[in-house]
Amino acid sequence: MITVQQVVFALFAVLTLGGAIGVVAARKLFHAALWMVLAFFGVAGLYLLLEAPFFAALQLFIYIGGIAVLTVMAIMVTRGIMKPKEPVFTYAIGAAGTALAFLVMLGLFIFKTPVWDVAAPTGEVDPNGLRALGQALVSPSAYLLPFEVASVLLLAVLVGALFIAREKE
Amino acid sequence: MEQEIFQLSYLQAIVPELLLLVVGLLLLGVDLVLPEARKRELSVWAAAGFAIVALASPLAYLGEPQFVFGGMIGSEPLNAIFAFIFAMAAFLVALLSRDDERLEPSGVYYALIAFAVIGMDLMVAATDFIMLYLALELTGLSLYLLSAYDRRSRFSVEAGMKYFFYGSVASAVMLYGITFIAGLTGQTLYLGVRYLFASAVMPAWFGMGVLVLILAGVGFKVAMVPLHTWAPDVYEGAPTPVTAFLSVTSKAAGVMALMRLLVWIWGSLPSHAEMTSLIAALAIVTITLGNLFALRQKSFKRLLAYSSITQAGYVLVGVTALSPMGLTAVGFYLAIYAVTNIAAFTVLVLVSNRSGSDWLRDFVGLQQRSPALALALLVALLSLGGVPPFAGFVGKILLFAAALKSGFVWLVGAALANVLISLYYYLNAVRMAYTRAEEPVEPLSIPVASRWVLVIATAGIILGTILAYPLYHLLERAAMVWF
Repeated sequence: MITVQQVVFALFAVLTLGGAIGVVAARKLFHAALWMVLAFFGVAGLYLLLEAPFFAALQLFIYIGGIAVLTVMAIMVTRGIMKPKEPVFTYAIGAAGTALAFLVMLGLFIFKTPVWDVAAPTGEVDPNGLRALGQALVSPSAYLLPFEVASVLLLAVLVGALFIAREKE
Repeated sequence: MEQEIFQLSYLQAIVPELLLLVVGLLLLGVDLVLPEARKRELSVWAAAGFAIVALASPLAYLGEPQFVFGGMIGSEPLNAIFAFIFAMAAFLVALLSRDDERLEPSGVYYALIAFAVIGMDLMVAATDFIMLYLALELTGLSLYLLSAYDRRSRFSVEAGMKYFFYGSVASAVMLYGITFIAGLTGQTLYLGVRYLFASAVMPAWFGMGVLVLILAGVGFKVAMVPLHTWAPDVYEGAPTPVTAFLSVTSKAAGVMALMRLLVWIWGSLPSHAEMTSLIAALAIVTITLGNLFALRQKSFKRLLAYSSITQAGYVLVGVTALSPMGLTAVGFYLAIYAVTNIAAFTVLVLVSNRSGSDWLRDFVGLQQRSPALALALLVALLSLGGVPPFAGFVGKILLFAAALKSGFVWLVGAALANVLISLYYYLNAVRMAYTRAEEPVEPLSIPVASRWVLVIATAGIILGTILAYPLYHLLERAAMVWF
């Protein structure tokens, strides 16, 4: 018996995988960026299905609203990148072979691991999950240090990127 | 969520990192107010800052080994020692950067060095996968930007791009490996994962599979074969002081992070013989390939690049031991290697200031031009080659002894054969420096900042032998904490 949940999952899975295939198969970089938006959207759907609406919203805001839009902008302002000059794939067969080999290995890895058979968590989803997440990010006994290191990382990248990208005098 | 009382000792455990952040921000600020003509003075500011960090780094050890910040990092003697080594390397490189005439250092340059050191300190100290990943990325991103720093040079920009692309893929693969661990164990703390590995809930081959993925990220930092392909081009293209910096510090941080993962987590697997064999195989391939390519180089910078791949391989020989002795030897060798390589790169910077290139043939007649510089090169290269009485010899003996004690006779045999091969290209460079030039040569004076770098580094190479016993003892006591 197929449940509604499974149907919805299949739909989002097809969106995600189809989008991902579109990204690598598209000949124009611009089209690839659009396919990427579709894949991101599928992932957001999967988060919803996992009862994680907060992550679904983040996925929409950050990945589609931020990263995808930025990518599209970058493609549009880069000269001569909109029209492809030559076939995208130089090593199509080799790349496909490598990807396939990796997929088979990964499949074996996942299906042969007995520990994946853990029971799905039961019970109610913690309504305070978001609050706990927020507290964990700034609690010195949890993720305060990684959180601060991430901000140093962003500072370093921001300053460095501005330096590298500024106009030559 | 239990209420946590914030302890002041947490802050003491990250004193070196906090100071580095202050130094980085100050340098960015000073850069804004300093007139263009006085920009070279920034080097002294930066060096002073790094020297203070080095002096303060023992504070990071709180007296007894413990976890701080909820187990994200440990406060251990070994972390404090490496915080000192990284700050010293940054100090020497900051001084050296002043004298590289092809480089125009600014506040951004030194701030990025400071940020990279924060990342490396935390890579060594991390006891949580999320912390490790962020530290690795902070180190990586700062170093990519430093490699591309000389925007006028096509090679520098290419180096930065290559480093960035390879590095992003490597750390993405590593992150993928971490997701397996987090997904299966629900843990990212090393000790939690260790418990699940040791209790044999995880099949051994699962552990190996994840290890291979994680090795991608850490092995990239170490420039371990087959993840070494970026190294020669990046080392050659990046500004020489940056090459000196990343060839010693990022490698050391990578090795220590790897060693901690192996000792703490993978070593607890009921059977880990395949794992040590894997590392041993990678070590010997790394040593041999680095050597074979180094033999054919005409550029001294590229020669040092391949030589540093080989040196990382020697360190991996010590890693295979997975014993307190192995860890002590690895720590000792990384410290010695840092001063030795920086000395060699300093000579290169001074020679290429005049010649404008990195060719080995530019070294001909160096002894006539500056006997002191030729002598410094001799000491550095003999130490890299493992010739007594220099510290590189002591370091190699310790590494090989640790591996022998763990039963890797074939590995040590193969590594010894490679030491002999490497002597050929090290001595060849020395021979160039001591060959008399046919046409008359101009004398080469050593600027004052580089003079200090050479004095400190050469002193380190010689003191490493004289003080080998107390240094070994210090490191041994620090290493015992892990076992």
